[in-house]
Amino acid sequence: MAKRIDVSDLDIYYGNFKAVEGVNLSIEPRSITALIGPSGCGKSTFLRALNRMHEVIPGARVEGKVVIEGQDLYGADVDPVDVRRQIGMVFQRPNPFPTMSIYDNVAAGIRLNNKKMKKADLDDLVERSLRGANLWNEVKDRLDRPGSGLSGGQQQRLCIARAIAVEPDVLLMDEPCSALDPISTLAIEDLMAELKERFTIVIVTHNMQQAARVSEQTGFFNLNGVGQPGRLIEFNPTEKIFSNPEMKATEDYISGRFG
Amino acid sequence: MSTRTPPAPAAPTSAPPATSTAASRPKLPRWAPWAVFAAAAVAAFLVGRLTSPNLALLVIYTVVLGTVVLYVVSRVVEGPRKATDRLVTSVVYSAFGIAMVPLLSLVYEVTRRGAERLDGEFLNSSLVGITGEGGGAYHAIMGTLIITALTTLISVPIGLLTAIYLVEYGNGRLKKAITFLVDVMTGIPSIVAGLFAYALFALFLGPGIRLGIAGAVALSVLMIPVVVRSAEEVLKLVPNELREAAYALGVPRWRTIVKVVLPTAVAGLGAGITLAIARVIGETAPLLITVGITNATNLDPFDSRMATLPVYAYYQLTQPGVPPEFAIDRAWTAALILIILVMGLNVVARLISRFFAPKNSR
Ligand SMILES: Nc1ncnc2c1ncn2[C@@H]1O[C@H](COP(=O)(O)OP(=O)(O)OP(=O)(O)O)[C@@H](O)[C@H]1O
Ligand SMILES: [Mg+2]
Repeated sequence: MAKRIDVSDLDIYYGNFKAVEGVNLSIEPRSITALIGPSGCGKSTFLRALNRMHEVIPGARVEGKVVIEGQDLYGADVDPVDVRRQIGMVFQRPNPFPTMSIYDNVAAGIRLNNKKMKKADLDDLVERSLRGANLWNEVKDRLDRPGSGLSGGQQQRLCIARAIAVEPDVLLMDEPCSALDPISTLAIEDLMAELKERFTIVIVTHNMQQAARVSEQTGFFNLNGVGQPGRLIEFNPTEKIFSNPEMKATEDYISGRFG
Repeated sequence: MSTRTPPAPAAPTSAPPATSTAASRPKLPRWAPWAVFAAAAVAAFLVGRLTSPNLALLVIYTVVLGTVVLYVVSRVVEGPRKATDRLVTSVVYSAFGIAMVPLLSLVYEVTRRGAERLDGEFLNSSLVGITGEGGGAYHAIMGTLIITALTTLISVPIGLLTAIYLVEYGNGRLKKAITFLVDVMTGIPSIVAGLFAYALFALFLGPGIRLGIAGAVALSVLMIPVVVRSAEEVLKLVPNELREAAYALGVPRWRTIVKVVLPTAVAGLGAGITLAIARVIGETAPLLITVGITNATNLDPFDSRMATLPVYAYYQLTQPGVPPEFAIDRAWTAALILIILVMGLNVVARLISRFFAPKNSR
């Protein structure tokens, strides 16, 4: 089930360093939201705050509110582990488990959480997830081979299969295509279009065309200078951002007149 | 190494290339270093004939002479960069050779003298009723195996859990304090570990107590820091991205450690633990104090004295009785068995890291 996300006045810190400041936005369910902005402006940091992955870094903390379908993500009684089960994540660099086969990597979300599942059902889930990630045809004959033996792009799709196998409500993707060729990139974009029927998707990308192609909403992050926190400059429907942005900085960035 | 450079043109001494740029300077043929050192050996031998022939001196003459000649020749023919390369290569090989001398001579000597008594009787009998010839070290071999196994049983869980704490959970003061204490423990002299274990057991069981388990405790004091250190290094090598991948799937931290971090690190952990065992298996001083020695077979570490190989060798050597030859032979054989055990453990460590390493990782 896809879910709605409301972020209000979010400040994100690494120790004493404020990396992101004052973010307000709402993400609609069953939609794709793209986050763009220059390197180091806090896109990954913001994304990781959405499923409480931020706090696994020592000293990292968050102030403000993230509400998912009425539930405060940072509420006192909320278990971060439960949050991460609802909100899956695909990382910038592919990170399959090196000790596990392709099959086990996809089944990892089930196996590592000790959920009991019949072998046939699990087979089914693995196939469905791999098909969903557009990888099934390439690996169906070698499911028992190590996942780290795949090419970089195949590994990234394996990680996507692993993330969707646990059926999260929200899928966060941090530059999922930065290591991929145009064909795999297109395959993943098609995949996102399919996935948004079921999930809420937030994607960070440096590829402006990609943001324009796949997303409904786009958020532009920027930072005023080195050592300053990143801010959400503009959050609007993708068409508007790319045709008629409200802010001058957004226009400069997307037309390449940055800096 | 210089001999790996592409082979020189078929006839290196034939007409030099028309343009003499740096890239096309003539090279010494591949056999040149060997030829130079062979000539140096002959020269050293001739010089040695005049003075006193001494093998070690001859080798030193050869190496020094060969290195200098090779450097000079290379500098003239090939230029300074290549000459320096050859000089450093010679120095590195000489250093390696020097390092190997004590190791090889030790292994050779122990094997030569220990092989004499490496027989069925030695492996199968104890020293009960033996005053001269015969007898064996069955009781000491078993004692060493039992006490080492107990030590491993104590040290591995404590050491591994400490390392997991330091890498996965620890932060701030406590982590610093533990790291410091582990460092201090690494430097504890083994005799002090023995005295500590002895004092501990004497406190409860009265002075003069000798127990196998006390020896295991003493050895654990020595082994735990080694396990912590090696496990810590190995766990740190596990990429953080794997932990994050597991967290992002909603896997709790402890299960991430058990099912992702430890399996990824298992090869290194196994190898580290095996080497830590090898490190303590030959300890003598703490066992001398805590376990003592006996001539009879005692396989119960919770009941009185036991024999162990290092202490056995020590006593056979220092109190051989009359005539001394037989006991001294037994000491050498005990030493040989210890070396075999340590080498076996090293082989096991290599096998572990070969077989458990993540397959096909790139
Ligand atoms: N683990 C960390 N500890 C301390 N500071 C960090 C950490 N990770 C990121 N930062 C800082 O936070 C700021 C935002 O980093 P972030 O990774 O979110 O940028 P980004 O927008 O994702 O950049 P990119 O497009 O290059 O991936 C940067 O100034 C960075 O130096
Ligand atoms: Mg980033």
